[in-house]
Amino acid sequence: MFKIFDIAGSGMSAQQVRLNTVASNLANAGDVAGSPEEVYRSRQPVFSTFADALGDASSVGVHVRGIVESTAPPTQQYSPGHPQANEDGYVFSSNVNTVEEMVNMMSASRSYQNNIEVLNTSKELMMRTLTMGQ
Amino acid sequence: MAITTEKLFGVHATALKTYSNRNRVLASNIANADTPNYKARDVDFKQVLKQATGGTSTLHRTHARHMDTSPNGAARPGDLLYRVPHQPSLDGNTVESDVEQAQFAENAMRYQASVMLIDRRIKGLVSAIKGGR
Repeated sequence: MFKIFDIAGSGMSAQQVRLNTVASNLANAGDVAGSPEEVYRSRQPVFSTFADALGDASSVGVHVRGIVESTAPPTQQYSPGHPQANEDGYVFSSNVNTVEEMVNMMSASRSYQNNIEVLNTSKELMMRTLTMGQ
Repeated sequence: MAITTEKLFGVHATALKTYSNRNRVLASNIANADTPNYKARDVDFKQVLKQATGGTSTLHRTHARHMDTSPNGAARPGDLLYRVPHQPSLDGNTVESDVEQAQFAENAMRYQASVMLIDRRIKGLVSAIKGGR
C-alpha cells in the first residue's frame, strides 16, 4: 500500500522536470545567435517506466530517462544591422515553439494534479483503515 | 470456535486486499499517463471476487512452473490484464486519464465501503462483548 506514494511521487517529480524544461524553453524562446550551432534548441524530457525498483509488475513508476534537444532547424532571419549577424547578414533564432510549450505546460500541470489527487485519496483511505474499529 | 478473519468479516478482508492492489495498478496508470509506449493495466475484479467467494474454477498453483490448468491458457483471476483503449494515441500509450480517474474513484469508494462494513462489524462485536453497556 505504501508503494502508491512512491508511484504518485515518481509521477510528480517527472512532471516537475517537464515543467522545468518548459520554463527553460519559454525563457529562451527569443534567443538569437550568429550560427545555427550556437543558438538555443528546445529541450524535451523523455519519460520511461521503471518497475524494477518497486518490485512487482503491478506498481510501475515513471522517471525521466534523459533530456533531448529538438532537431528542428532554427529559423534564419536576414538582419544585417544585428550585432550578432554573421558575415552574410543572417541571425538564427531558437527553434522553441511557444504554443507547443504552453500546451506542454498545461498537460504537465494537469498530470501533476492527477498524481496529487491519487496521493490524497490513498492517504485518506489509509487513515480510514488505521482508525478502523475505533 | 476459532475466530478467523474469514468468519468475522466475510469477503471484505479479501476485498480490501484486492482493492488496495488495484489502487496501486491504477495509480501506476495515472503516473504513466504521459509515458510513450506504456500500456494501461488493470485486474478483472469480477473474477477475483468470484474466486474469493468460492466459485473457483482453476487449480491453485503454488509455483510459477506448475502446469496451467485454466482453459486454453486464459487469464486467471487476479492476473494483470491490458486495457483496451477507446482512442489509442500515436505514441503507443493506452492510458486514458478520464477512464483511469473514474476507475480510481470507484475503487476508492468500494474500499471505503469495505472499511466501513468491517468497522461496523467490529463495533457490533464489541457491543456484544460488553453486553450493550
